[in-house]
Amino acid sequence: MLPVRILCRGALIAGTVMFATAAFAQTMELKIVAPAAPGGGWDQTARSIQQALIAEKLVKNAQVVNIAGAGGTVGLAQFVNGTKGDGNQLMVNGFVMVGAILMNKSPVSMSQITPIAKITEEVQIMVVPVNSPIKTAKDLAEAVKKDVAKVTFAGGSAGGVDHIMAALFVGAAGADASKVNYVAFSGGGESLAAILGGKVTAGISGLSEYEGQIKAGKLRAIGVTSANRIAGSDIPTFKEQGIDLVLTNWRSVFGAPGINDVQKKALGELVEKLVKSASWKDILKQKGWDDAYTPAEPFTKFLAEEQTRVTAVMQTVGLVK
Amino acid sequence: MDALYALMHGLTIATQPWNLLYALTGVLLGTAVGVLPGIGPALTVALLLPITFKLDPAGSLIMFAGIYYGGMYGGSTTSILINTPGESASMVTALEGNKMAKAGRGGPALATAAIGSFVAGTLATLGIVFLAPWLVNVAVNFGPEDYFALMVVAFITVSATFGDSPIRGLTSLFIGLTLGLVGIDKLTGQPRLAFGVPDLLDGVEVTTLAVGLFAVGEALYVASRRHLVEEKLEPVRGSLWMTKADWKRSFWPWIRGTCFGFPIGALPAGGAEIPTFLSYSTEKRLTKHPEEFGHGAIEGVAGPEAANNASAAGTLVPLLTLGLPTSATAAMLLAGFQQYGLNPGPLLFAERPDLVWGLIASLFIANIMLLVLNLPLVGLWVKLLAIPQPWLYAGILVFATMGTIAAKPSVVELSMLAGFCVMGFLMRRFDFPVAPVVVGLILGPVAESQLRRALQISLGDPMVLLQSPMSATLLAVAVLALLAPFALKGMSRFKASED
Repeated sequence: MLPVRILCRGALIAGTVMFATAAFAQTMELKIVAPAAPGGGWDQTARSIQQALIAEKLVKNAQVVNIAGAGGTVGLAQFVNGTKGDGNQLMVNGFVMVGAILMNKSPVSMSQITPIAKITEEVQIMVVPVNSPIKTAKDLAEAVKKDVAKVTFAGGSAGGVDHIMAALFVGAAGADASKVNYVAFSGGGESLAAILGGKVTAGISGLSEYEGQIKAGKLRAIGVTSANRIAGSDIPTFKEQGIDLVLTNWRSVFGAPGINDVQKKALGELVEKLVKSASWKDILKQKGWDDAYTPAEPFTKFLAEEQTRVTAVMQTVGLVK
Repeated sequence: MDALYALMHGLTIATQPWNLLYALTGVLLGTAVGVLPGIGPALTVALLLPITFKLDPAGSLIMFAGIYYGGMYGGSTTSILINTPGESASMVTALEGNKMAKAGRGGPALATAAIGSFVAGTLATLGIVFLAPWLVNVAVNFGPEDYFALMVVAFITVSATFGDSPIRGLTSLFIGLTLGLVGIDKLTGQPRLAFGVPDLLDGVEVTTLAVGLFAVGEALYVASRRHLVEEKLEPVRGSLWMTKADWKRSFWPWIRGTCFGFPIGALPAGGAEIPTFLSYSTEKRLTKHPEEFGHGAIEGVAGPEAANNASAAGTLVPLLTLGLPTSATAAMLLAGFQQYGLNPGPLLFAERPDLVWGLIASLFIANIMLLVLNLPLVGLWVKLLAIPQPWLYAGILVFATMGTIAAKPSVVELSMLAGFCVMGFLMRRFDFPVAPVVVGLILGPVAESQLRRALQISLGDPMVLLQSPMSATLLAVAVLALLAPFALKGMSRFKASED
């Protein structure tokens, strides 16, 4: 009995210590803030960065901190208020945060933190059940034109990239985007079930999420949002079907607010080394993310354009007044 | 029988000495972290996942399974002993389990939880082997209207948890439903009852509410009563182990709990809470010892624990067959798969049967390891209760706060915990049941969004609720469940007058 007891106590202590370092992370060289719960896209990005940085020995240590809440705006607020001038902080965020800031009337914005780089992007895809009469994006566009309310789109949370894409599609098809019948589901799993079960007309998600179903012949892909056809893929883009819809769900990293140029440069170089490393390329392949490395300056310009576009869409749909 | 053969192959890999050691380490670590109140299995797995990165795929999956089950069992342990559910699914366990622990029957409560988890895990593993392809079709065709009908059934049956006074129970339920409204509306994205506080936009965290109401509220209540009644906790009264009667009373609840947990867990939006509620209320209705419910009935621990574990195995059905991660833990599991460049999906069974069956075998081994490890430790765990009460409750306060901060490091979250513990104290003081508040918070938002989704898809036609055969059947069950007690009451009155 005794050895088991000691073993257990040891494990308990080990567990507690590990838990403490993971939760409070005080001794780390680099802190990567994922403004989301474990498991989601930003968390996976943050953990992938951590994994690659450590594997490539680019940092002494890296720690992921999850601050979940309100589309990332809770994490953003804490990052803005708590890390001023700290050059060892990195925050993962992306397209979804642009919308969340508007929708949640967030008191802090992405302009308060320091853009380092856009790192990945994921193409969006639209699918229909394989037995649907709709064969192409054109068919769906016509259905939308006929009666926009009758076409139901399933996707992730309201105001997220899927919702914005549905609105953009309806608008590009020539119907009234403010009438888009978008059914928000809480996770990719739930919306996929609704699509497979034929409960909705079409489904929207990131490209990789439906890949298995498409290969297995259960879903038909009717369009992707990339500007050009994806190499080796037979899925047409919306653009080549005459529908003006180009959109990617990009993810980026930011530095703390108020860091100086030296710190900014150091983070920029670290990220550049990261995205060029073999470990990172392996991860991208695994996760189905595209390399979209864009350094600070062009990324800042791109960010401003996206903010304008998203604001316009969200006003049309009525998410932002 | 290919499936069985493949499972056997998986088992031979999982039982290699090194892999057994990984399973043991995983269970130990998982239990150690999982006992912290407020830390559920998903968070446990997230915190410990990096440890498994360095192992080979088989070892990593096995350790992962161990952490998962360890985390789940760790949560039940604290639910039973100190009334601090680490996640919403073990809330029901706390209802009867903690009462048992206080009556000196913590040993049997922990044992029935461990053995029940094992039984449910084993049966559910067999369920995956034989029923997965069939079950997944049912799950996919389960639409929003069917979920809504299932919620109606759950609402009606869990009214059994409302205690003796329906008015007090309903009051509590409505407090919970109101709390459920807080946050961003899932369908339109508009904030409700958030008062401009960003932390409230995601709504009220179930574990914060449960820990506040159950653990901290109780600690305050006990403290306030201390000079009135000297309540002496006896760690062990009677046998430390389950008696023959305990076995007999646990057996069918284990089986029934599995029957609720596995299929509902396999539904993409099923979750683990509803089966535990349904199991609890079923056991309360079927028991031969109704007087013990609310005072520590072993059925009320056995059933929900089995349901919880079976639903966890159920979530593997959509994960492995469709690639759908339907719970936070399944999402972590998916991350585990992706480490090896695998994308779970309809082709996974065909493309990588070795890993799929290896995983199922690992879950099985981890389950056994949990039993082997934790049954001898039951005696050690219940000693926790021998700690002098002021220390014990002070410790609960510390751990409850720590768990909450770990899950969500924010001042608002802590303030909410403080608010809920005052609420829990007052509710206990004025004799309002606390469980319905949590039930309302869990079921309310789900029922609302599923109904609205159903209506959005049907373009506002409420008949959709009756047109779907599944939904119509479930609603009929709900009506029956609502009327049956009255009918039975009438009959028993009739019988009584005959006597």
